[in-house]
Amino acid sequence: MNGKLRKQIGAIATWVLTFILMVIICVPGLWVVLTAFRPNGEVLAKPPVWIPDNPSLNNFAKIFGFGADQVAIPVPAYFANSLIIALTSTAIALLIGMSGGYAFARYRFRFKNGLFLGLMLSRTVPGIALSLPIFMIWSRIGLIDAKLGLIIVYVALNVPFTIWLIDGFFRQIPKEMSEAAQVDGCTRWQAFWKIEFPLAKSGIASAGIFAFLTSWNEYALASNLTRSTDSKTLPVGLMDFTAQFTIDWAGMSAMAVIIIIPALILTFLVQKHLIAGLTFGGVKG
Amino acid sequence: MATKRPPFWQREQYTPFLLLLPAILTLLFVVLLPLLFSLYTSFTGYRLIRPESLWQWIGFRNYQRIFADGDFWTAFGRTIIFLTIALNLEFLFGLGIALLINKITWGQRTLRTIMMFPMMFSPILVGYQFKFVFNDNIGILNNALQSLGLSDGAIPWLVDKYLANFSIIFAEVWMSTSVFAILLLAGLFAMPRDPLEAAKVDGCNPWQVFRHITLPFLMPFVFIAMTIRSLDVARAYDIVDVMTGGGPAGRTELLWTLIARTGYDNARMGQANAMAYVSILLSIAFTYYFFTKLLAARKYMGGAE
Repeated sequence: MNGKLRKQIGAIATWVLTFILMVIICVPGLWVVLTAFRPNGEVLAKPPVWIPDNPSLNNFAKIFGFGADQVAIPVPAYFANSLIIALTSTAIALLIGMSGGYAFARYRFRFKNGLFLGLMLSRTVPGIALSLPIFMIWSRIGLIDAKLGLIIVYVALNVPFTIWLIDGFFRQIPKEMSEAAQVDGCTRWQAFWKIEFPLAKSGIASAGIFAFLTSWNEYALASNLTRSTDSKTLPVGLMDFTAQFTIDWAGMSAMAVIIIIPALILTFLVQKHLIAGLTFGGVKG
Repeated sequence: MATKRPPFWQREQYTPFLLLLPAILTLLFVVLLPLLFSLYTSFTGYRLIRPESLWQWIGFRNYQRIFADGDFWTAFGRTIIFLTIALNLEFLFGLGIALLINKITWGQRTLRTIMMFPMMFSPILVGYQFKFVFNDNIGILNNALQSLGLSDGAIPWLVDKYLANFSIIFAEVWMSTSVFAILLLAGLFAMPRDPLEAAKVDGCNPWQVFRHITLPFLMPFVFIAMTIRSLDVARAYDIVDVMTGGGPAGRTELLWTLIARTGYDNARMGQANAMAYVSILLSIAFTYYFFTKLLAARKYMGGAE
C-alpha cells in the first residue's frame, strides 16, 4: 500500500514537472506566433489580451507589401536573398562534403587524423571574429553586399560538419558491398553511385537540411557583410524593425514566423537522422 | 610489359587528397587565409577610416592596450562566467529532462519532438522572442506577474544589471538545453539493461544505480554534447545583440559584442582583431578540453575504433 502510494506520487510529480517544462518551452514562441496575428493596438493593450480578439493576416500582408498600410521594409527581397543564398551554399557544401566524407570513410592516408582535426577546428572560430578579416578582404575584392560573398562564407561554414555527418553515414555501409560491385565489373565511381549513394541518401539529405538551416539562421557574419536589399537575409532584416524609434512588434513577430516555418518543417523531417548521426558519429569515432 | 604509369591524379594513394581538395581549398580561402590576415592586422594600427594605417606596424601595442583595458577584462570575465553558468545549467537541465522523458511511456514521442523545438530557432529569433518576453512594458512575463498580483510595478528585466544578465542566460539556456537533452536521451536509450538489473538484484538503491552505472555510461554523451556546444558558444553574440546590444552602459557586454563594437562601430580593426584572437583561443581551448574528455571517456567505454 505504502509503496503503491509512493509510486503514484512519483508519477504525478513526473507529469507536473513535464507540464511545467513544456510550458517554458512552448509559451514564448506561442506568444510570438499569437502576436503575429494581432493588430498592433492589441500588442500594447493593458491589461494584456491573451488570445487575439479578431486574428488577421494583416501583419503578413503588411510586411509583404500588400494592402493599404505597408511597412517600408523590403521583406520579399530579404526572403528571396535568404532562399537563394541558403540553397546555393547547401548544394555546394553537400558536393564538397560528399567527396570529403567519402575520402574519410573509405581511405586510409597520411595526415588523416590531423586533417580531420583541422577541419573541425576551423568550425570553432567564432563568427564575429571571422567576420573582421573577411569584411576587410571582401571589401577589397568587391564581395561585400553581394550574395556570392555570403554563399562562399556559408559553404566554408558548413563543410566541416557536413563532412563529419556524411563520413558517419558512409561508414555504416559495409565496405564489402561496393567491393563486390567492383569485382562484378563496376568502376569505383559506378559503385559509389549505384551502391553507396542510394544507401546513404537519407543521411546525406539530413546533412543538407542541417547545412540549409545553418545558412538560413546565420546572423553574426551576415549582419556585417551585407548592406542593402542586394544581399540582406531575413535574420539581418529582422533587425530593421528595431532600428526605428518605435519597435513594430506585430510586424517583427510576423517576420519571425516567416523565418521559423521552413526551419520547423525541415527539422521535423530530419530529427531522427540528426540524432543518430550525431551520437554514432561521436561515440564510435 | 611496359604499362604506362597512370598520371598522378589516377593513382590510388592520391585519391583521398583529390577528394578532399575542394574542402581544403574552401577552408583555406575562407578561414585560414583571413585568419592569417587578421593576425597580421592585430599587429597594426589599422582603422577602417584610414586605409593607409594597414601598413603601420605597431608590434604588440594592440595586445598591451587591450590587456590594460578594464572594459576588455570585464567583458572577458563576464564571458567566462556566462559560459560556465550556461553550460552547467544546460547539462543539469538536459540530464533532468532526459531522465524525465525516459521515464514517461505515454506520449513520449510528442514530448521528444516538443523538446527539440528550441533547436530549430535561430539565435536571432531566440533573442527577439526573449526581448519580447522580458520587455518591461508589454512583455508577457511582467504582464503575467501583474495579472497574478505578484508584482505591481514594471520589473526592468533588460535594464537592471543583474536581471539583464539573468535574462540573457535564460535565453541561452532555453536555446541550448535541448542539445544536451537529446544526446543524453539517446544515451539512455542505448544503455544496456543487464547491469541495471544486476545492480537491483544486488540491492543497490536508485541513487546508487544512477551514480555508479547510469551516469558513467552517459559521460561520453555528455562530452559529445559539450564538444558540439563549445563549437557554437559564440552564437550567444546573436542573442545579446538583439536583446540588449551589450547595453545598457555595457552591463551585458560579452567578448563577442565588444569585438563587434570595437571593429565596426569604432572602426578600430587592429584592436578588434587582437580581441578576436583572444576569443578564438578561448573557443579552441573549450573545444579541445571537452574533446580530450570525450576521447578519454570513449577509451573508458572500450568503444574506441
